[in-house]
Amino acid sequence: MSARDLWPGLALLALIALMPFVASNTVLNFLLSALIVALAAQGWNILGGYAGQLSFGHAAFFGMGAYATAILQIRYGVNAWAGLAAGIALGAVVGWVIGALSFRARLRGSYFALVTLAFAEVLRILANAADFTGGAAGLLIRLSPGVENLQFPSRAVFLWLVAGTVAAVLLLTAWIARGRFGARLVAVRENEDAARALGVDVLAVKLRAIALSGAVTAAAGCLYAQNFLYLDASIAYGTWISVEVLIACVLGGAGTVLGPVLGALALHGVGEVAKIVLGQVAGPVPGVDLVVFGALLVVGIAFLPRGVMGGLRRLVQRFPR
Amino acid sequence: MSLLRAESLSRRFGGLLAVDGASLEVPEGGLIGLIGPNGAGKTTLFALVSGFLAPSGGRVHFLGEDVTREPPHRRAALGMARTFQIVQPFAGLSVRENILVGAYLRHPGREEAVRVAEAVATEVGLGPMLDQQASALTVAGRKRLELARALATEPKLLLLDEVLAGLNPSEVRDIIPVIRAIRDRGVSILMIEHVMQAVMNLCDHVHVLASGRMIASGPPREVTADPRVIEAYLGHGAAARIAAQGAEGGAHA
Ligand SMILES: Nc1ncnc2c1ncn2[C@@H]1O[C@H](COP(=O)(O)OP(=O)(O)OP(=O)(O)O)[C@@H](O)[C@H]1O
Ligand SMILES: [Mg+2]
Repeated sequence: MSARDLWPGLALLALIALMPFVASNTVLNFLLSALIVALAAQGWNILGGYAGQLSFGHAAFFGMGAYATAILQIRYGVNAWAGLAAGIALGAVVGWVIGALSFRARLRGSYFALVTLAFAEVLRILANAADFTGGAAGLLIRLSPGVENLQFPSRAVFLWLVAGTVAAVLLLTAWIARGRFGARLVAVRENEDAARALGVDVLAVKLRAIALSGAVTAAAGCLYAQNFLYLDASIAYGTWISVEVLIACVLGGAGTVLGPVLGALALHGVGEVAKIVLGQVAGPVPGVDLVVFGALLVVGIAFLPRGVMGGLRRLVQRFPR
Repeated sequence: MSLLRAESLSRRFGGLLAVDGASLEVPEGGLIGLIGPNGAGKTTLFALVSGFLAPSGGRVHFLGEDVTREPPHRRAALGMARTFQIVQPFAGLSVRENILVGAYLRHPGREEAVRVAEAVATEVGLGPMLDQQASALTVAGRKRLELARALATEPKLLLLDEVLAGLNPSEVRDIIPVIRAIRDRGVSILMIEHVMQAVMNLCDHVHVLASGRMIASGPPREVTADPRVIEAYLGHGAAARIAAQGAEGGAHA
């Protein structure tokens, strides 16, 4: 991955950042949601795409970030920016703990995936039951627009913040992919024994990967909470986010720098279009986007085994430069 | 001083004692062979030495340090590199990226690691294939890749598990000088090998393992003439039969 390969991604984000000057609020809201999922998917990609440890439970990190930001503000009067930082740190810690418990027990493949799912579900049930987290009623963050409160009177500024964060993680991922840590992540994914024989501390690599992954996805959770100023257990810890980040990565190209961003935008785009088109034909159909996601996943796996990124790369290679 | 000293290593798999009190030493600068019939326990012994399996008994000393409890990656960091009999490439990566993982052990920076990886690739004859996908390599190519990755960690001791198996005679002829050159630049080697031509050609000293036990050890020519070794390979009474045939042949001439 060279700087040149990053260009399309950064250009795309720059284009999105210009949208507030031309697009309606509906479009901006759509882009915000898509970018927040893209950010969460970038987190998944580090662990699932690069290190090859597939998680079904990234909602655990997303929710941890969202609840940390909200609870620190509501219950302890902590500043929202500090809440964001705390949420990210907590995501890393939770990642490390889940990793230490499951990787030390040598869980791999579908066993690891199921354990992550279990962690997310337990957190969802606890958050839904406990008063501390607002129970089933959820939590409302008080509306108080102002940069210092991480709330912005205009959608545009929030969009810029999220797009900037996605760009920063894009750069971080590219930097990792180019260096030693990235090589070790991929080595662990491809063959653990071979990695070990070459001096790679497999457990340490996995723990670092899941901590970083948790931190990035938690950041997405924090921004989600600040964007909607409301959350409950089925939003923050719901399987929807675990599934969306997974599909976004697989669709876009897991283990590529740009894959999660392209995948999340494509996924959301198609989901929205399907909702609108089907809505006009048959009236509102609840859950139609999930059906579309499933169909996209099947089509993606059948025709683009290495995601949109892999497909694009093949297309580019067909034309001699 | 001996670089590696394995002291009466044993390993049990359920009811099977795959390695049974086997000892061996690799002196600094040595090129030592480990031979024995199929299922003798050679690969298992390598796994004990490199830390991939925990021994049921015995100790491993490397560079004068007891490493019996050290995990494989620590032993690699100390300077012990192994290849796998059943090759274990990073299949989805290019040859360069495969070797790079090894090179990163001593060179944290990318530029330097790439330089080392490419030099090692040239040394083992993979230079022209750096950009190929590892999964697209031939058997001979994959064996070379195993060797290259291990070498890229800049080991003091190289454990080679049948790097010549599956190669045709001309490929074997090509790679023998490569192995000798590696030893000549100061890397000690312990190699498991069935190709006797290579063992005779390369090794200064050979250990023979049969049913988990070390049954003989010495210079290759002596060892291959040892009746106990012939019997281990060909079955009970074989040495006597061969000797008798030899005498008969002599009488007819
Ligand atoms: N993980 C394992 N579990 C159970 N038995 C094993 C295991 N690994 C090896 N064995 C058994 O231990 C014995 C020694 O196997 P090993 O692979 O070490 O032999 P080898 O000398 O390398 O043979 P070859 O020349 O065929 O490679 C064999 O009987 C094998 O079936
Ligand atoms: Mg073997």
